[in-house]
Amino acid sequence: MSDLRWALAAVALGLGMLAVGLEAAGYDAGAALGALWSGAFGSWDAFTSTTLVRSVPLILIGLGLAIAFRAGALNIGAEGQFYAGAIAATWIGLRVVDQPAPVAIAALLSGAALAGAAWVAIPAWLKLRFGVIEVISTLLLNFVAVALVSLMVQGPLQERGRIYPQSDPITEAARLPLLPGSRLHAGFVLALVGALILWAVFSKTLWGFRLRAVGVGPRAAEISGRIDSQRIGAMALLLSGAIAGLAGGMEVSGVSYALFQNLSPGYGFTGIAVALLAGLHPGGVLVAGILFGALEAGAGAMQRDAGVPAVAVYVVQAVVIIVALLATVPRDGQLSPRAILKRRALPPKAAD
Amino acid sequence: MDAFLLIGGFLAAAVRVATPLMLAATGETVTERSGVINLGLEGTMLAGALAATIGATAWGPWSGVLCAILAGMLLAAVFALIAVGARADQIITGTAITLGAIGLTGTVYRQLYGAEGAGLTVPTFAPLAIPGLSQIPVLGPALFDQPAPTYLAFASLPLVWWVLFRTRLGLALRATGEAASLARAAGVRTNLIRAGSTIVGGGFAGLAGASLVLAQVGTFAERMTAGRGYVAVAIVVMGRWHPTGVALGALLFGVATALQYLFQTLGLQAPYQLFLMLPYLLTLLALAGVAGRVRAPGDLGRS
Repeated sequence: MSDLRWALAAVALGLGMLAVGLEAAGYDAGAALGALWSGAFGSWDAFTSTTLVRSVPLILIGLGLAIAFRAGALNIGAEGQFYAGAIAATWIGLRVVDQPAPVAIAALLSGAALAGAAWVAIPAWLKLRFGVIEVISTLLLNFVAVALVSLMVQGPLQERGRIYPQSDPITEAARLPLLPGSRLHAGFVLALVGALILWAVFSKTLWGFRLRAVGVGPRAAEISGRIDSQRIGAMALLLSGAIAGLAGGMEVSGVSYALFQNLSPGYGFTGIAVALLAGLHPGGVLVAGILFGALEAGAGAMQRDAGVPAVAVYVVQAVVIIVALLATVPRDGQLSPRAILKRRALPPKAAD
Repeated sequence: MDAFLLIGGFLAAAVRVATPLMLAATGETVTERSGVINLGLEGTMLAGALAATIGATAWGPWSGVLCAILAGMLLAAVFALIAVGARADQIITGTAITLGAIGLTGTVYRQLYGAEGAGLTVPTFAPLAIPGLSQIPVLGPALFDQPAPTYLAFASLPLVWWVLFRTRLGLALRATGEAASLARAAGVRTNLIRAGSTIVGGGFAGLAGASLVLAQVGTFAERMTAGRGYVAVAIVVMGRWHPTGVALGALLFGVATALQYLFQTLGLQAPYQLFLMLPYLLTLLALAGVAGRVRAPGDLGRS
């Protein structure tokens, strides 16, 4: 993948700029970058228990958004869909007490996916029925979802003591199994399988082709390919929401075991960057997801060990996105945002 | 009389909440009319808020406003360089600018004021009653007994309308937004227009951040804009890319937010989160209402 080289160059540049900025602000840049590295890759435990755990939601959300973006549907609301999934997962996880683990987990995860799809169904309907652009409507629903989580953890889903704004822990049976000796849960395997399935769908199936056709030009797809582009677009939107919801369910089932506010440190937004950096390619999403997971895992260590605010890492992420974006801007003609997403979704000539 | 006071206070709160949104959305109207959609507005407002805090703490509120406008223009210039100059995708560039601004403001804020920002007191704007007009019952205190940034927001509306719809520059700007290639063929320097209108929009967003800190909240907090920049972009769509509509949209959002205070004052019991959701849901409803009956600038988002 030629995009990968750009991504790595972008990360190097981003970290370089961070180092210069930190040095100028009077921090020890060497120590900060050292802490960042060891926090992300320094040990097996750091790699599995923080980097990979953080990368699971990013990979999943990135995969879902790759579907939506390929079809030209700009879903900016994965954060809200993630929370919708987390709420449903918690509700189910508190109720499947007498079930065997496989049933409990399956119920929890499918409920989460359904909730995510339902959450994005609102913008999908608003788009089909009234023509409301999904960039704005999915974005607005993020804030509604955050308020809904707050309502839940201080209302119907609040813990029994009614003191803390969080839910009770979900039942043991509904928790995802962990890799022995680490905090990495089975969701990572599901993310890998998901990437593989999506790769097959994108490159081997008719549906994957239709998705791309709709993304490249909905009118052309309808006229020459007799593709119902509205239907394909809506399906892509629903699928991306379902996968973001699944990510929220896995976070509850594999990491937090409970619902609380700020469960997501902005996974839904970082997931957009992951999908775009990966050129909407499933394999790329895997790499970019782990990369951003590592950056965020390292950020925590950087704040703990070198006293550098963890938020500084967002600057690195921003630089990475912009560099990758500039590296792939076409030199010819004019392109709309839609077209640029499409252009990335065109048949991969260099990829694979 | 009591009801008068209550409704007056409610409307005053609504206008106070609406002010930053009105400012940011007015600026974004100029930007979008030239064909550029700037989702970096959220980060630009945040940068304006921090610049206002720093400037006001050092030299007083008006310097804070100036710093905020400059910071907003600077960040918008970066956006313009990437999205207009290099013709990169506007949505992605905007997302990245916001992400970067969150990181930058968070880092600078902690560096300057410590993790908690303890003891940070910012000199703020006091309400400025306009003699005569502020005496009008109910509407007087809401519209004419507000801090200075609110009057700036009011004044900028007709100004922006006049420039957009009554000057040659405005005509060139709108032509650029509708059909950039045609405008270019007619001799309009479209890239210059787009960069300029983006930077003007950034200045407004910076001012919006300043009004948030200096006339509403009174201090800075990390991520304090909490989505207001995105809401401003939604308000531009809801207001049909027109200053009048934008003003009404911002006021609607303000009223929906201020309902919370009204209900608290009345002692009505309802989870406060419902009131947090209400403005966003109303914006969605309004969008569904205006969509289809209005057309976006033809070349909006095309780089």
